Amino acid sequence: MSVRNALLALLEQGPRYGYQLRAEFEDRTGGTWPLNVGQVYTTLARLERDGFVEGRGADDDGHLVYAVTERGRAEVSAWFSSPVPRTQPPREELAIKLALAVSVPGVDVGAVIQQQRSATMAGLQDYTRLKRRATGNEPHELAWGLVLDSLVFNAEAEIRWLDHCEARLRRAAADPDVRSSSVEPNLSPVESKLSSGGTTSSQDVTR
Amino acid sequence: MTAVLELDSVTRVHGTAATEVTALRDVTFRAYAGELVAVMGPSGSGKSTLLTLAGGLDSPTSGLVRVEGTDLGALGQKGRAAMRRTSIGYVFQDFNLIPALTAVENVALPRELDGAGVRAARKAALSALEEVGIGDLAKRFPDEMSGGQQQRVAIARAIVGDRRLILADEPTGALDSETGEDILRLIRARCDAGAAGVLVTHEARHAAWADRVVFLRDGVVVDESGSDRPDALLEPAR
Repeated sequence: MSVRNALLALLEQGPRYGYQLRAEFEDRTGGTWPLNVGQVYTTLARLERDGFVEGRGADDDGHLVYAVTERGRAEVSAWFSSPVPRTQPPREELAIKLALAVSVPGVDVGAVIQQQRSATMAGLQDYTRLKRRATGNEPHELAWGLVLDSLVFNAEAEIRWLDHCEARLRRAAADPDVRSSSVEPNLSPVESKLSSGGTTSSQDVTR
Repeated sequence: MTAVLELDSVTRVHGTAATEVTALRDVTFRAYAGELVAVMGPSGSGKSTLLTLAGGLDSPTSGLVRVEGTDLGALGQKGRAAMRRTSIGYVFQDFNLIPALTAVENVALPRELDGAGVRAARKAALSALEEVGIGDLAKRFPDEMSGGQQQRVAIARAIVGDRRLILADEPTGALDSETGEDILRLIRARCDAGAAGVLVTHEARHAAWADRVVFLRDGVVVDESGSDRPDALLEPAR
């Protein structure tokens, strides 16, 4: 849905062909959501079928050029004036993994959390490195900067949630009722789940 | 690569017997010239202890702390104070500026205490203020400046005299998100220019400005995340 709307929005600037649309999309979003040109042309064909764009024939170099129709403009405007729906939460592998890690016996949840925290932090460091270079204020540079910020905030939220999970598990481990492990037959003692607290065997942090 | 800061098997125990608390346990840590290292962990994990030991504000129960090759433990109080004026710059969450002194006077102070002439100290202070982008505010008093500007003064004070180790304890804690980012940019720039930086923070977004992130739990280093690969895969082609 978002590719379709993004292409329509790009066509608001004037008629374009597929390669141009792909280049302009990636100019704003980097390689975050790669588009192949086949996907662009399939989407354009569907948009044409539904009356949101019209083909303008081939240009001098033989590229098939498309323009947005009135109906297409209305569609773009409706897209911008309504929120992205928050319906069913998307299936979130990490949340599912942790939910199972705390409730299946023999899993070291502390290690699961720390391993994820390190991986997400490495990603966050990469995004931040890109962000340090992305300081321009031209519209397409701003667009890319905002996409990066979105990646940064999402990674940050994940790490905060992991910190929160760890703190909750620690509190649960200190709870005498849970220690005696009579709450649920299925729930292994939380205490044992935080034993290691980390993944590295060595405490040496030199290079 | 030269390690500007070295902690070797450092343990710090507070209190005795029944009230004994181990703040750091057998921690080995390096910060090299040209890199920024973030230390993350929940409160009570030992991250501030690590920083005060690195800054010579406290001494380890066992283990060694070296700054630019000098063993801080062998120095004594006076020697450590001299080290703090010449080699180590400290940036605090609440800025810690002296309210009765102007920006340039605050920044010049460590140089003057170190025996530099008033003029030379002032000149160095002005150039440090220029470096952090507030040369025009040199004559303002702290209460005449915003939080972000005060933190810039504090950073100028931490880098004046070309100190090669910057220790920052939650330096963005009192600032809004954009201003905090400006401060991180400044610390980052100083490290890119050859200083070693240690940034203590509980905010992942700020830690991500570092080359390496060290995770502390209960006084122990549990993990480290550092990617040396410049990942430009996502960047738009220009």
